[in-house]
Amino acid sequence: MEIFGIPTQALFGQLLIGLINGAFYAMLSLGLAVIFGLLNIINFTHGAQYMLGAFCAWFLLEKLGVGYWWSLLLVPFIIGATGVVIERTMLSRLYKLDHLYGLLLTFGLALVVQGLFTNFYGSSGQPYRLPQEFTGSFNLGFMFLPKYRAWVIVASLVVCLGTWFVIERTKLGSYLRAATENPALVQAFGINVPLMITLTYGFGVGLAALAGVMAAPIYQVSPQMGANLIIVVFAVVVIGGMGSILGAILTGFGLGVVEGLTKVFYPEASNTVIFVVMVLVLLFKPQGLFGRER
Amino acid sequence: MNAPAATIAAPAVPSRNRMLMATTLMVAALAIAPFIGVYPVFLMKALCFALFACAFNLLLGFGGLLSFGHAMFLGSAGYVCAHAAKIWGWPPEFAILAGTVVATLLGIVVGLLAIRRQGIYFAMITLAIAQMIYFFCLQSPLTGGEDGIQSVPRGKLFGFIDLSNTLTMYFVVLAVFIGAFLLIYRIVNSPFGHVLKAIRENEPRAISLGYDADKYKLIAFVLSAGLSGLAGSVKSIVFQLASLTDVHWSMSGEVVLMVLLGGMGTIFGPVVGAFAIIGLESYLASFGRWVTVMTGLIFVICVLAFRRGIVGELDAWWARRRS
Amino acid sequence: MSKFKRNILGLAVAASFTVGVAQAQVSDNLIKMGVLTDMSSLYTDLSGAGSVLAAKMAVEDSGIEKRGYKVEVVSADHQNKPDIGSGIARQWYDVDKVDVILDTPNSGVALAVNQITKDKNKVFLASGPASSDLTGKACSPNTVHWTYDTWMLANGTGGAIVKSGGDSWFFLTADYAFGHALERDTEAVVLKNGGKVLGKVRAPLNTQDFSSFLLQAQASKAKIIGLANAGGDTTNSIKQAAEFGIVKGGQNLAGLLVFLTDVNALGLPTAQGLIVTNTFYWDKDDQTRAFAKRFAPLNKGIHPTMIHAGVYASVLHYLKSVEALKSDDGVKVVAKMKEMPTDDPLFGKGTIRVDGRKVHPAYLMEVKKPAESKGPWDYYKVRATIPADQAFRPLKDGDCPLVK
Repeated sequence: MEIFGIPTQALFGQLLIGLINGAFYAMLSLGLAVIFGLLNIINFTHGAQYMLGAFCAWFLLEKLGVGYWWSLLLVPFIIGATGVVIERTMLSRLYKLDHLYGLLLTFGLALVVQGLFTNFYGSSGQPYRLPQEFTGSFNLGFMFLPKYRAWVIVASLVVCLGTWFVIERTKLGSYLRAATENPALVQAFGINVPLMITLTYGFGVGLAALAGVMAAPIYQVSPQMGANLIIVVFAVVVIGGMGSILGAILTGFGLGVVEGLTKVFYPEASNTVIFVVMVLVLLFKPQGLFGRER
Repeated sequence: MNAPAATIAAPAVPSRNRMLMATTLMVAALAIAPFIGVYPVFLMKALCFALFACAFNLLLGFGGLLSFGHAMFLGSAGYVCAHAAKIWGWPPEFAILAGTVVATLLGIVVGLLAIRRQGIYFAMITLAIAQMIYFFCLQSPLTGGEDGIQSVPRGKLFGFIDLSNTLTMYFVVLAVFIGAFLLIYRIVNSPFGHVLKAIRENEPRAISLGYDADKYKLIAFVLSAGLSGLAGSVKSIVFQLASLTDVHWSMSGEVVLMVLLGGMGTIFGPVVGAFAIIGLESYLASFGRWVTVMTGLIFVICVLAFRRGIVGELDAWWARRRS
Repeated sequence: MSKFKRNILGLAVAASFTVGVAQAQVSDNLIKMGVLTDMSSLYTDLSGAGSVLAAKMAVEDSGIEKRGYKVEVVSADHQNKPDIGSGIARQWYDVDKVDVILDTPNSGVALAVNQITKDKNKVFLASGPASSDLTGKACSPNTVHWTYDTWMLANGTGGAIVKSGGDSWFFLTADYAFGHALERDTEAVVLKNGGKVLGKVRAPLNTQDFSSFLLQAQASKAKIIGLANAGGDTTNSIKQAAEFGIVKGGQNLAGLLVFLTDVNALGLPTAQGLIVTNTFYWDKDDQTRAFAKRFAPLNKGIHPTMIHAGVYASVLHYLKSVEALKSDDGVKVVAKMKEMPTDDPLFGKGTIRVDGRKVHPAYLMEVKKPAESKGPWDYYKVRATIPADQAFRPLKDGDCPLVK
């Protein structure tokens, strides 16, 4: 049976692949959305922090023998801590200025981090061994789905929904959201707003690093991996709505699927389709598909 | 969007006298430079980028709009010019004109799409469109993909000025640069420029006074795009090459840096910034990827502690001395 | 960047050489060679610092400095960008008095350097780039194309695979000029040998995720999946093919451009069974092994790739020609290089044709299984040797204006 000339088997295979890519888009744009939504900072360094997460996992494995599962736990904290340092020493000075300075600062930091790693590691990439538990694939009939990629979908869904739940449905999340709306008032209630902001930035960065660890076994761990991805992730966040957590998650997965379909029917456009969508969304619904007016 | 007080630096246009003095100094220095041992090809590169930076500054420093996709104008004009000169055999003046016109038209289209949005959305939409242009250039057979358009002939300007002579080429580039530089000064100092400044400072008030803010911003955008295109076209003739580097988003970032480092909203700032960055890149070229690290560091330092840029700081220091 | 003063001794020696030899003289009494390469991106390991080392080793082995010539090797990173590469080339030729440019992996940069070298009458020894246009439409009397090219890769790997039973192909191509050329040349070979091309898919350069393209390749049921890409694209597609069990499922991957360092990056478990055409392998005979033994410790343990070997061999032959001619005039030296047959420990005996193409045998190799490998860098077994006169495109087919 064929749909538009593509056998259904192949089509479902591509949709599944698109979903996996979407999982990465979702996790990365989630971190960006958290940081922008709650802090009004455009974190251009996000791609570099994703790369740092992957490199940290590689380093832990190669030099210290620390395995994948421990990396999943440790790396977000390690890289998240670097995020905290950045926020405390540099970003916090820019809050009273135009948002665009934050963008430029994080852009510069991304260049520094990327340049340093390229200098020391070149850009052909380091291999990261697939953890033993995940070798092999599920035979789904229409394709072989590598076990690891199935895990990626599940894990990212858990992370995304977990984050959404914490921010939108818990008390801590409500403090965060209130602090963005009116920091002075919330501070007057005795809540340490600067600390919350710092920790939130660290959390967003930690999310990026987590995505990096999960990406390591699939892609080469290379200094350029973030640079190629960051522009796409920005587009995802903008389409979803800059401040909307749910928007980032849904758009991330959705765009992964759209990109997968484009790869089947018109592969040369697979790089541009996301930007075309972004331009259209910005023209007709500038606050994004799920965003709130700011 | 009301720009808060501590925002992108307020434009500082020098008085006529100071302008005359500074310009004469700059022209004289640039005219003598090749004869005192400065490598003319380096100078030409710096001049092309200085023009690009000045054009960008028109939009950012004076218009208050941060575009993150200006490379699309530099690069697409370069490709058109290279194609016209090499494949169609046009003389350089028409090839450059073609490139500039295409960039201007592109500027109109992009401007119409982007102007209605503000701040970060404006930056993102320009980035998105620039990415599309990048991928178009990557895949179109007309642009030679990764190889670019190579062996672009220098040609004979107006039929008799042989541009393959390096020194001749240099003075032509210098002439174009000075012409465009003075044009920008004229634009900034005109009634149009003053309205633009008003819109930058306080858009709602300007609108309430009856000015169509979007139209002014669009015109500024188109002018900026066209002049960037001029820079790109000249560059492709000088280096006889049009390549993907000129449409990549890192080029868009680089021009922001040049303007930021030199001094946003000043007339000479972008020139200083361009020469500084191109000079640094030349110096570091033998040290591999340290260029990226240095560029990033300069960004960070400028944003944290040096927001007025070189010329901005000089202006402030001069003003303090006088008072 | 820096200026060099004449060595008084060198001046005297050079002067003594000029007795009776009209104006033939090495410019500035210094042979300055520039290794223009990729020091930081996807070609670093297969060329990069190793190429600089190879050039220096060649200078030392030629012994030319003991006979009174002064030689200097400089290097720079072109970062795979034609504008940066051509800027460096111009500066080297105009300001830094460089006489010859070496290596230059990346065909886009190489084509630009090729033109500039011709304009300024210098020499370009291209051991790094792949484009067969360098000895075709863009051929130049100042350029020698060493090591390999897209035609050789297509006819080597493609031809041999089809003849050994791989008669149905699916192409996974990097969507830029080099990938297109490689795909086009390989397809021609496959069809000529009675094979079929069941499909092709173009992936953007630097694609991170090939899963959807690989699924298509799998669905086509072609016996051979031809990878018309290089560097990170190749290693990524191979890695991901392993995840999807492609080789286990009976299809074979044909790496149309794979280097020793790519296999090292992938590891044998992933790369095993890959079919590769190279013109040099360090473990082929005693001479190549001796070279590798000297080279590797100075190159962080990385064994020489065919590009490193090409730099070494081209420098040796260049210096021989300069010494014989007593001049480093661009066109004349290259003419002399074409006149003299080549003989070096790495490629054996060979010649340089009138179109600038260096010809030598090519080797069809297969990546060993992990159990077959006796140690690090023991990666290939030689399946066939393609003699020099068949490995490269026939002279008449190239459209080179130098060929009458």
